[in-house]
Amino acid sequence: MEFQVSTTSQTPIYRQLAGQIRRGVALGKLAVGEQLPSVRELSRQLVVNPNTIARAYLELERDSVVHTRQGIGVFIAQPQSDVQKAARKKLLLDKLDELLTDAVYLGFTQQEVAELVEERSRIFSWSPASGDP
Amino acid sequence: MDAIVTNGLTKMYNGRPVVHGLTLRIPVGCVYGFLGRNGAGKSTTTRMLTGMAFPDEGTATVLGDDCTQLSPETRARIAYIAEGHPVYKWMTVNHFLKFSRSFAQRWNHPLVEQILDYFQLSRTRKLGKLSKGQQAQVSLAAAIAPDPDLLILDDPTLGLDTVVRRDFLESLIQIIQRQGRTILFSSHILGDVERVADRIGILVDGILRVDAPTDQFKSSIRRIVLEFAGEPPPFPDCPGVVASRIVGHKREVIVAGLTEKHKAAMESLSPLSSEVMELNLEDAFIAYTRGSRPAMPLFHVQMASSPSTVKT
Repeated sequence: MEFQVSTTSQTPIYRQLAGQIRRGVALGKLAVGEQLPSVRELSRQLVVNPNTIARAYLELERDSVVHTRQGIGVFIAQPQSDVQKAARKKLLLDKLDELLTDAVYLGFTQQEVAELVEERSRIFSWSPASGDP
Repeated sequence: MDAIVTNGLTKMYNGRPVVHGLTLRIPVGCVYGFLGRNGAGKSTTTRMLTGMAFPDEGTATVLGDDCTQLSPETRARIAYIAEGHPVYKWMTVNHFLKFSRSFAQRWNHPLVEQILDYFQLSRTRKLGKLSKGQQAQVSLAAAIAPDPDLLILDDPTLGLDTVVRRDFLESLIQIIQRQGRTILFSSHILGDVERVADRIGILVDGILRVDAPTDQFKSSIRRIVLEFAGEPPPFPDCPGVVASRIVGHKREVIVAGLTEKHKAAMESLSPLSSEVMELNLEDAFIAYTRGSRPAMPLFHVQMASSPSTVKT
């Protein structure tokens, strides 16, 4: 997967990168167990301070998106099934409210939004049903 | 361990402080982006740190030595590139490298060769015949060949075109990757600073107004825009307000670290509408350094009574 950073964005570079990796995992472009480029490699490739890359990896590690094997590299982690599910649900609801607010102001009907969500979600790769809410 | 420590560093020119009470600490291994408008005191500071100008007040310690008495050993560990990469134009590339080498205790010859090869720089050409970008690469090669522990770069990408600038940044990123090397560089290109700097300092009229991790500075600055029916009232005085100005029927306030206090102040004015916006680094820098200068007036770009000369 190719990464890209922009310095005209309001989002700090480390968060842009972390966001792209999260999105890559969600879209199935990055598979569980896949190795990410090393801090040095990505630093050179994106022309960004290595500490910034390390910070993105650290944040992803804290959120269990990746795990680091000492001296080997950084890998995409197995998705956590129920750890902090409530916290994650809260996060999703916040984003959803934001999205629905925009949809209302843009003049969409409830039906149209439901159809769009249905349509778009087909291109994402989902983890198998876990059983809880 | 700190590479650079300054305490109340002050330099006067014609009775006016150009650098005023600068107190700063740059740890070993840090890449520090030094920002400020032209004349803010950046070059004077770097000149004091390298012993080329003496402070009128205060002290600075560089790699453990007082900056007014740098030992030859310490000097050998510092590389300095002055603004605009000044080089002896009559020297050839080879001549210049030999000349630089004579001052160095260590010299990474393969690295220099690699840089010259990569940028296809002819060793027999005179420096004056090279482009500005090529001169920058040669001076960077000469600066890092002695494997310095501290690299001070005064606006190293000034006047370089976009592609050459990116090449220069790529070289710089590789230089950063060596453990424990400290870099202090100044620049006007905020995008470059964001890519490269761990920490930034902003000098405004000789006074250090910001000294913070780059990400933190960027994410703490907010622009508040309040709209009113008539003349906007003044914004209540509270800590963190950097600038405040009137733009038509709006009051624009720049805040570092938005708190509940600012939100309460916003509400107390009961504006028609209010908006809080995040800024990118360049906008944040401009907002911070411009101060409270009023918005630019609408220029009279159209001549009042000029005859129409548009042909159809």
